Amino acid sequence: MDLFKQLRRGNPGDAIFKGLAVLFGLSLLFISGLVVFELWYQSSLSRGEFGWSVLWSTEWDPPGERFGALQFIYGTLVTALGALLLAGPIGIGIAAFLVEIAPRRVDRVVGIVVETLAAVPSVVYGLWGIFVLGPFLCSYVAPPLQAVLGWLPLFSGPCRSYSVFTATFILAIMILPTVAAISRDVIRAVPDAQREAMLALGATRWEMFSRAVLPYAKSGIVGAFALALGRAAGETMALAIIIGNAPRIFTSLFDQGATMASIIAANFANAGSAMFVSFLIELGLILFAITLIINVSARLLVWTVASGPSGGIRA
Amino acid sequence: MTTRLTDVTSNYRRRKLVDSVMTGVAYVCTAVAVAALGFVLFYVVVRGLGAWNLEFFTSTTKYFGEGGGIANALYGTAVIVAFAALMGVPVGIMAGIYLAEYGENRLGNVVRFVADTMTGFPSIVLGLFVYGLLVLAYGFHGFAGSVALAVMMLPIVARTTEEIIRLVPDSIREASLALGVPRWKTILRVVIPTAMSGIITGVILALARVAGETAPLIFTILGNQFWNTDPFSGAMAAVSLFVFEASKSPYEAVQQTAWGGALVLVLIVLVLNLTARFIASRGSVR
Repeated sequence: MDLFKQLRRGNPGDAIFKGLAVLFGLSLLFISGLVVFELWYQSSLSRGEFGWSVLWSTEWDPPGERFGALQFIYGTLVTALGALLLAGPIGIGIAAFLVEIAPRRVDRVVGIVVETLAAVPSVVYGLWGIFVLGPFLCSYVAPPLQAVLGWLPLFSGPCRSYSVFTATFILAIMILPTVAAISRDVIRAVPDAQREAMLALGATRWEMFSRAVLPYAKSGIVGAFALALGRAAGETMALAIIIGNAPRIFTSLFDQGATMASIIAANFANAGSAMFVSFLIELGLILFAITLIINVSARLLVWTVASGPSGGIRA
Repeated sequence: MTTRLTDVTSNYRRRKLVDSVMTGVAYVCTAVAVAALGFVLFYVVVRGLGAWNLEFFTSTTKYFGEGGGIANALYGTAVIVAFAALMGVPVGIMAGIYLAEYGENRLGNVVRFVADTMTGFPSIVLGLFVYGLLVLAYGFHGFAGSVALAVMMLPIVARTTEEIIRLVPDSIREASLALGVPRWKTILRVVIPTAMSGIITGVILALARVAGETAPLIFTILGNQFWNTDPFSGAMAAVSLFVFEASKSPYEAVQQTAWGGALVLVLIVLVLNLTARFIASRGSVR
């Protein structure tokens, strides 16, 4: 209606430009819709054949065209959560260092380091992981770990470069910048009054940080974790190189496994049958749904909780 | 009396100790990140430089035996990223203008939310999307890869453009409007030029993001050991895709070439990032 009014007022330029801008804005909605539709449509063969049971089936028989997705969903969630377990605390530590401890110049340098860490392409991490990090972990990290915790099934079996273990570590390095950068922004946004009040009471820096800053920044940090989890779940190339792409539910971290993204990348080029391709696209659809749920809840969480920070006087 | 006093001092000593331990932990966390980056860059540079020679830059990719280079892959990456930018950048900037100038309503919020969610789309999913959209009908070709990368760039460019345009002070807009310049001309001739350096920064960062991307290319350009200069038909090579394929090779020489390719990728990404940082630091808005 607005447009017509402007047209009538003899200002067609504004109307046309606004129309164009709206059109391009809407193109984002259109493209996202098209992505969902295309995945849904191309996976119809597999969805029709296996139905919902694909979600809890672990079948894997390419020649017989029988497939299940459970082991890949499991692999994705386990590696992503494992990576977050490693990267989460370290990321907060970096953020704390950058905001509370580092002088401005150091802060800038470390900021550049973190950004560069985020910029290195996934496939380079894969190459590095398989030829450098894997052997390193197997000769220096795995033996002491197995000496102490080797009785757990989680740490049984010989260490190999191609393993869930290496994959989790690589994934942790890859999501570390996400956790660190967002946590830093969130922690920096905590008002200084929060810190000063605590310090004025005679608190040490750690007490100030853990009791006045962290509670205040909690929701934002949880959001950072969730976004990192989404990234980890969708990460493809590094894992496709490292994890071994064995379609089974692993019980030991030193086993080989597969994630949804890695199995798609590893098998797409030589997927012989239409059913196989359709199943891989369905895996993509499931992956899409999972990352979408993680991402949307992360953003909603940050949006809703951030409006009323906990901590401070109401804690 | 005396006992209470020692209690207090020992308590204070304990708190001090916890404080210094935690400070140390923060230092260690940062050291881990710096060490990881150093470790990665060191190996990529050392092993990559070992692969760099004339043959590496002039001959085509090989998955078997000795030798081989990345000439065709380098060409593929350049062409594919260029076409991606040609599509993703204008659409992204226009979407950013929409969000900043006309997006203060419910529809704008929806578009903003969708754009944010799109940045979280796994890149492999975008590859599958373009596979269904283009490859099934027209076969593997370079342009399909560009489409996938363009979809990746789109939300990044849109959101950074929006943020930069928001930084342009309203007084500049008002000055232009007060002179009788229509709104659209104000946006194109006054707001955009003011925000230009920021927009370029965003575009370069988006380019850096997609230049090393591999997952969407598997299903769209497939990879090719030979020269294919036509992005509109036939499988093409790209540096990132070659590194992926070569990393699985048992041949020592092929692995060596993969390290060389990895160094090329890292350099491209780092140079783009530094350029963006340089432009941003000299920018007119920021």
